[in-house]
Formats: sequence, structure tokens, C-alpha cells
Amino acid sequence: MVKGEISMSKQASISRSPDEKIFDAVIYTIAALIIVIVLYPLIFVVSASFSDPTKVLSGEVWLLPKNISLDAYTNILHNGKIWTGYTNTIIYTVVGTAVNIIMTVLAAYPLSRPDLPGRKVLMVIITLTMFFGGGLIPSYLLVKNLGLLDTMWALIIPGAIATYNLIVMRTYFQTSIPWELQEAAHIDGCSNWRLLLNIILPLSKPILAVMVLFYAVGHWNSYFNALIYIRNEARYPLQLILREILLISQSDAVDANVGLENKVMLAESIKYAVIMISSLPILIMYPFVQRHFVKGVMIGSIKG
Amino acid sequence: MKSAQVHVNAAPSRKIPGRRGRVWKQMAKRVDLYLMLLLPIVWYLIFHYGPMYGLQIAFKNFNPAKGIIGSSWVGFDHILRFFDSFYFWRLLWNTLSINLFSLLIAFPISILLALIVNEIRSKTFSKILQNITFIPHFISVVVIVGILNVFLSPTTGPINSLIEALGGSPIRFLEEAGWFKTIFIGSNIWQNMGWQSIIYIAALSGVNPQLYEAAKIDGASRLRRVWHISLPGIVPVIVIMLILDIGHFMDIGFEKILLMQNNLNIESSDVISTFVYTTGILKGEYSYTAAIGLFNSVINLILLLLVNRFARKVSETSLW
Repeated sequence: MVKGEISMSKQASISRSPDEKIFDAVIYTIAALIIVIVLYPLIFVVSASFSDPTKVLSGEVWLLPKNISLDAYTNILHNGKIWTGYTNTIIYTVVGTAVNIIMTVLAAYPLSRPDLPGRKVLMVIITLTMFFGGGLIPSYLLVKNLGLLDTMWALIIPGAIATYNLIVMRTYFQTSIPWELQEAAHIDGCSNWRLLLNIILPLSKPILAVMVLFYAVGHWNSYFNALIYIRNEARYPLQLILREILLISQSDAVDANVGLENKVMLAESIKYAVIMISSLPILIMYPFVQRHFVKGVMIGSIKG
Repeated sequence: MKSAQVHVNAAPSRKIPGRRGRVWKQMAKRVDLYLMLLLPIVWYLIFHYGPMYGLQIAFKNFNPAKGIIGSSWVGFDHILRFFDSFYFWRLLWNTLSINLFSLLIAFPISILLALIVNEIRSKTFSKILQNITFIPHFISVVVIVGILNVFLSPTTGPINSLIEALGGSPIRFLEEAGWFKTIFIGSNIWQNMGWQSIIYIAALSGVNPQLYEAAKIDGASRLRRVWHISLPGIVPVIVIMLILDIGHFMDIGFEKILLMQNNLNIESSDVISTFVYTTGILKGEYSYTAAIGLFNSVINLILLLLVNRFARKVSETSLW
């Protein structure tokens, strides 16, 4: 399987004409420009978060930190809301991802079996939901009627399976695990449950890793379900707290015992640090897992 | 439920020992597989088909006390009221235009990025380009809109500092209706172009290298090779991605629009899905907004079917 990068060996052996050099120059210039455009806002946020707030507010920071200071970070340390949100999000992410993986495997494996009568009908029932649904209001009323409002389960159960992920996983089971192996196990008297747990899953570690990552990032970053289903602030996930700090209130997040002027200033400068703190887990994880993400998309690209 | 099926299937099989009997035997042998499926299928019925059943409130006057079934029918009243409302055209235009502009601008850019990655000779550099352009994909929408806020801030943001340094006056980007769509689509491109290019990069790596060699011998320039070999090589993938995109045409980016929306830019940021949220969930007009949501889904479905059909005729590539 290709890893997402293109081998250029097909062109390396060819000698380069002046035309080609111009072409290369253009391509490299565009590529460099894209890198600058993508990175600049990120670098700006990082620099601003480590700068003296007065310098940020006067617009003096534009690339590198000015008068390095950790004021914004120390201020966040004292903010109880952010830590509540952080803890909640970790819980929702861990429990939610576990539920996601169990449910997705339970659906994907039987449906990957060519010898299962009725699987085509079931696949149609499942795939249809990708293209048509009841919409926001009926879903909301359902969750409400089930008594899930204001509980963690409202964020976990309605999204227990992402149909796209199910199809990716099913495709993986079908294409990457030899059917002969499963038949042989059956002849040896292996039950389907044991087959799944002892043979299929150990052989599916790459796709399981991809699924854990897809689902976990989804939970970590989601805010909308919490916005409609969670009322109690003590249960707010991190993204809702972020929304308050970054987009709604100006000065709630800052310690109450500083003057008004300072308060506004700190509220403004704290934003950069909050962005950093909330994105940190994903950005730390990123270099280690990016290969897996690519692989996941590629498996999905094989028509399921 | 299972025993009922067993009964239906088993009865005739005694008379005609044929295909039906075999199927039943096959099913009985794999009871444990159906057992695995039990929970997910029940989940699909409740959480996907449940809301579809609940959609009937779009034609009723939903009263929480009476429940979905007990509420009285009103037919097409809600949807007609929506068509007659003063905001109907505004919502429809915003929804369609935001998505159409995204499709016209953002969709080709990820293809272009993939072609550029494919043309870079240095393997390390192409890897760096890919890895950097993926990063923003993993940032949450809340943070993205937060970054937009600080980045485009009229007082402290670097963009307005630059405008002022060049002698202009600061622009309140996020509070002007005229800027909303540009900023929404631009930041979407910034966030997603790298991620969306992966699939094209993968497809490009599958193009037969001999084609490039042959074109080279025939004297085709690099640009011509991109145009006549690379691009046609990934057309099937492009078509599939286009259909999938159109399958979500009416609801894409809703969570982000909601975060970017404020009273000053509402003129161009009010779309059908945000209206359903603010009027339905916040103000409790469940039936009315369920009808609007249904209108949205139906248009979406029609678009998907049309595009799929068109693609099958023109390019012989389609979802089904």
C-alpha cells in the first residue's frame, strides 16, 4: 500500500531542460507560499501566547514573541472552568471512543462476512442513513424523550457509529484478512466470537489505530452536541468552555481581583494561551499518528 | 423477532427442500454473527430511523404533552408558511451560495495541491508540504473561529496592523456581512485543503509511470503531462469526491457558520441549518423547524440523485 507520498523515481532519471527548470521553480515557489500561508497564523498564535500581553494588544507581535512572558498561562492555571472542561472532555473522549470502537467492530465484522445471508439488505439499511436523515429537530426530541438530556450519554450514544468508519472497517476486514484463514479456523471448530477476538482483531491493529484516532479527535473537537444537549455547566466539555472564552464573554475567564483595565487586557491575551492549551494534546500526538490518518483515508478510498 | 423469521422460513422449507432451506440452515449456523449485529442494528433503527419516523411532526402541530403520535395533523401548513416568510429567499440564497462558492473554489484547490505535491521532485520537501498542510485539519472549529477572531481583530490582529501600516483603515472583517462568505470559505480552504488532497495524491501515485515516459519521449512538456496524464488519471476519484460533497451540499460547515454568526453579519450568514437551530432548539418551534429541516434534506437528496445520475452517464463513475 502506498504511504501517501509519491515516488518521483519515474522522473528522476530524465535530464532537465530549461523549460523544466522554470516549471520546477514555479512549483517550488507555489509550494513555499502554501507553507507560509498555512503556518503563519499558527506561528502567530504561538508567539502571541508567550508574549507580554501589552505587546500583543498594541499589535507589536507579528511573528516572534516580544518580551517573553508566561502571564497568560499562569492565569489559565487558576481558571477552574478550563480544568473542569478538560477533565470532562477526557472522560467523554475515552468512554465515547471505547463505545465507538466496540459498536463499529460489532457491526463491521459480521457485515464483512461473505457467507452471511441478508448482509446486503442490512448494508442498504445502513448506507441509506448516510444520505438521508431525520434532521436536527427529530434527533433532539428523540434524545430528550429517551431522558438523555444533560447526561454524558447524550454525547456518546447518538453518535455511537459513524457509518463512513463502519464501511472503512468492513472494507479492511474484507480485503486485508484472507478468507481462507477464517474458513480454516471454522473447520478447526473455532466459534465466530473467538475468531473475531483471537484472530481478526489482532490482525486489524492498523485499522483499529486509525479508528481510535478518528473517533477520539472527533470527540475532543466537538462542541455542537454539547451545546444542545448539556445545560449543566459542570458537565461542559472543553470546547464549550473555549467557546465562552474565545467567542462570547470577554472577561469571565480572568481572576476577579484585578482591575477592569487589566481584566480586559488579560481576557484578550488569555485567548492565545487557551487556544494552545486546548490544541496541545492533538498537536503533540500529531507527528506520531499522521501516517495512520493518511492510511485511514486511503483504506476508505477503496470503494466499499 | 428472530423466531418469527425462523418460523416463516422454516415452514415452506419442509415442503420444498431447496434454496430456502439452505438459507435457513446457513442463518442458523451463524446465529452468533447476528447476535453481534443485534446491538448496532437496534442502534441504527433507534438513532437513525427513529428521527425519520419523528419527522412526521413536520406535518403536525407538535405538542410535547401529546407526543409525536397524539399531536394533530396540519398537512403542509408549516412548509408553506416557510415559503411565504420574508427570510425564505435570504436563507435559501445564503445556503446555496456559500456551498456553491465552496464547491467552485475550495474543491479545485485540493486537486491543484495534489498535482503540485505530485510534481515536486524532492521526496523530503513533498513530505514536508503534505504534513504541514494536514495540521489545521485537526484543530477544532471553536479554535479555528477563535483564531479568526484574534487574527482578524481590528485592534490587535496582524492583518489589520498590516493594513494600517500600508496606510489603510482597519476593517472589521467578522462584523461585516460583505466579508462573511470570503472569510468562511477562505478559512475552510486553509483548514482542509491538505486533508482533502490526500485522496488525490493517493490516486496520482497509481497512475502508470510508463505513460509519463512515453509522453516525455513524444516531447510533451511537464505542464502538458500534468494536463493530459495526471489529471485524466484521477478523474474517477474526482467524480466520486464531487458526488460525496454534493451529498452534503446543504449542511456543510453549519457548526462553523453558527460560531461565526453575529447580529452584524446575519444578512449573509443566516443559513437554513442555523435558522433551524436558533428557531427550533432555542425558541422551541419544533414542528415548524422540522419542516424546514425536511425541506433541506429533500433538496440535498435530489441534488445527490441528479449528480450521481449525471456522473454515471457522462463518466461511467458513480456511487451506485
